[in-house]
Amino acid sequence: MLDRAMSQEVRERLDALDTPFSRWGMDELGVSKKHLGLFFTFLGAMYRHYFRVRSVGIQNIPNTGPAMLIANHSGGIPADAGMIMASVFFDHEPPRLAHGMVEKFAQNWPFVSPWFSRLGQFPGLPEHAVRLLESDRLLLVFPEGARGTGKLFKDRYQMVRFGTGFMRIALQCGAPIVPIAFIGGEEALPTIYHAKTLAKIANAPYWPVPPHLVPVPLPVRCEVHFGEPMYFHGSGDEPDEIIDAHVAKVRGSIEKLIEVGRESRAKSMIGGPK
Amino acid sequence: MSRPFDSIAPDPIHKRRILITGISGAHARLLTMQLLKHGHEIIGIDRRPWPKAPKTVTVYQTDVRKRPAADVFRKHRPHVVVHMATVTHFTRSREERYRINLMGTRAVFEHCHHYGVEQAVFVGRHTIYGAAPDAPIYRSEEEVPLAVSTFPELADTVAADLYAGSALWRYPELKTCVLRLVYMLGSTLRGTLSSFLAAPRVPMVLGFDPLYHFMHDRDAMHAIVAAIEHDLNGVYNVAGPPPVPLSILCKETGRTVVPLPEGLLRRSLGHFGLSEIPEGAIPHLKHPVVVDCNKFKRDTGWEHVHDELSTMSSFRGELEMRAREGRARAAR
Repeated sequence: MLDRAMSQEVRERLDALDTPFSRWGMDELGVSKKHLGLFFTFLGAMYRHYFRVRSVGIQNIPNTGPAMLIANHSGGIPADAGMIMASVFFDHEPPRLAHGMVEKFAQNWPFVSPWFSRLGQFPGLPEHAVRLLESDRLLLVFPEGARGTGKLFKDRYQMVRFGTGFMRIALQCGAPIVPIAFIGGEEALPTIYHAKTLAKIANAPYWPVPPHLVPVPLPVRCEVHFGEPMYFHGSGDEPDEIIDAHVAKVRGSIEKLIEVGRESRAKSMIGGPK
Repeated sequence: MSRPFDSIAPDPIHKRRILITGISGAHARLLTMQLLKHGHEIIGIDRRPWPKAPKTVTVYQTDVRKRPAADVFRKHRPHVVVHMATVTHFTRSREERYRINLMGTRAVFEHCHHYGVEQAVFVGRHTIYGAAPDAPIYRSEEEVPLAVSTFPELADTVAADLYAGSALWRYPELKTCVLRLVYMLGSTLRGTLSSFLAAPRVPMVLGFDPLYHFMHDRDAMHAIVAAIEHDLNGVYNVAGPPPVPLSILCKETGRTVVPLPEGLLRRSLGHFGLSEIPEGAIPHLKHPVVVDCNKFKRDTGWEHVHDELSTMSSFRGELEMRAREGRARAAR
C-alpha cells in the first residue's frame, strides 16, 4: 500500500541511482529503495512547495565518484540536510543520493533509528565516512555539528567552530570537497531560546523554542548554493596546522557562498514568488 | 553465485593430518566431510560420541582439558588443529561455559605449542564485536570487542577469542588463525541464530529492525577449509552475502514475528512461545553487528556459494521438514 504513495518521478529517479539494490531493494549498508521512495516523495513536496527551494550551481557535484558536500548548518530542526539531499536527488542529472552523518543519540530512538539507516543517514563515525567515500558515494557533512543548529537567531549565518575530521577523511579518500551554503534555514526555524528540561527528557543536545513555540520550520523560501569542487592533496596524516589551513579555505568558500546566497534570496523575496 | 568451493581440486602435496576438537557437533561433522573430500586425514576429539562417523575418521571420546586429549596430540602429531569445542548457547551455566570455552581453548593452544602443531584454527563468532548504537555498521578485525560490556553473558566467548589471538605473539612458530564467523544458517539447524529463529514466535524490539549478517553453514565450513589450505596466520572476519534486516529474515524463513516495546520484551522472553535469549542479547535486536570480510577474501580467494535467499530457503525447508516429521511421529 505504501508503495502506491511513491510518486512516478521518484520511482524513475531511484531507478537511475547508481546504488546497487538487492532483490529486497536494499543495499549492503541497509539503505532501502522503498524507504527512500517514500522519503523523497514527501521531501519533493517540501522542497518544491513548502520551502520552494532554488538550487544554484548543482552542476558542481560530480556525476560519478566520491565527493564530500560540506555545508553550513542552521535552524533548530535541521531542514537543511533534507533540502540539500532533495536538491542532489531532484535537480542533479543523473540523480545522486547524498548520505548524511547523524547524531549518535538518535540511534537509540525507536522508529527514528531504523528510518535513518534505511535512508542512508548513519551515525557520525569516521568508519562510516570512509566506507561511503570508498564506495564512490556522496557524503553530506555539517562540520559545525549540533553547535550549528543549536545557535540562536541573533547569531544567524555566523558559522561556529568547524570540526576538522572531515578534511582528514577527504584527504585519506582522495575525495573532492563541494562547499555549500544553505540559505533560509535560520528564518525557517528561528531559535530564540533553548528549553533545557525538554532537551534532557528527549536526550537531545538542545530543544529549540521559536517565536511560534512549536519547533516546526515555517514555510519560508530557501536557496542552496553549490560552490566549485575544491581539491586538496595529502594523506590525511598532516599536522594540525596544515589541516586547519585547508579547513579555513573551505569555511571561507562557504562564507562567500552565504553572502551571495543571502543577497540572491533577498532579491527574490522582493521580486515575489516566481 | 560464484564457483563451488568443492570444485577446487585439493593439492595432494598439502594433504594434512587435521585434528578437530568438538568433532561430534553438527558443524564440525560438516567440516569433516569437506576436509575428507579434499583428501585430508581427520582425527577428532569430543566428549560426545559420533556413532556413524566415517570409517577413516578416528574419534576420541574425551575432554580437551583432560589427560587423554594430550595423548591424542602425542600419538597423532597433527599438522593442523581446528578448535570447535566451544559452546555458544546459554543453556549451560556461566561457570561451565567458562570452563569449556576459556580453559578448553587454553589447553588446546598449549598442546599445539607443545606438540609442534603447524597451524591452529580457532572458530570464533562475530558477535564478540557487540551491538551498540554508536558502533560502525561494518566491523573490521581491528574493532574492539564491545560485547564484553554490551553483552556480559558473552564474556567467556570474547575472552576465548582474545586468548586464541594472543597465541600469535606467544607462540610465533605456530600459525594461528582466528576466524570470526557470522551467524550460520542452513540445513544443520544449529547455531545461535538458528535456535533463535526456531522458536514458535520470534521477538523484535518495536521500532527497530537491525541488519543481520549470516551465511550458509556449508559456506562457513568451506571458509574454514580455505583458511587451512592457505595457511592463514592472523585474525579474520568471515561472512558471505550482504546482511538483511531481521524483518526480512523472519519473513523469508516463515517465522511469526512479535514486535514488543523493549520494556515489555524484557519481561516476555522465554514465555508465550517467544525465543529465550539472555537480556544482554537485546541490543542485538536493536543494532546491527555486520563484519567486513574483505581481508579473508583477499588472502584466500574464497567466495560464498549460497546467497542470502538460498541460505534462508535452506533453513526454512529443513525446519519445515523436521516439523512435518515431528507431526507424523506424534500422529503414529
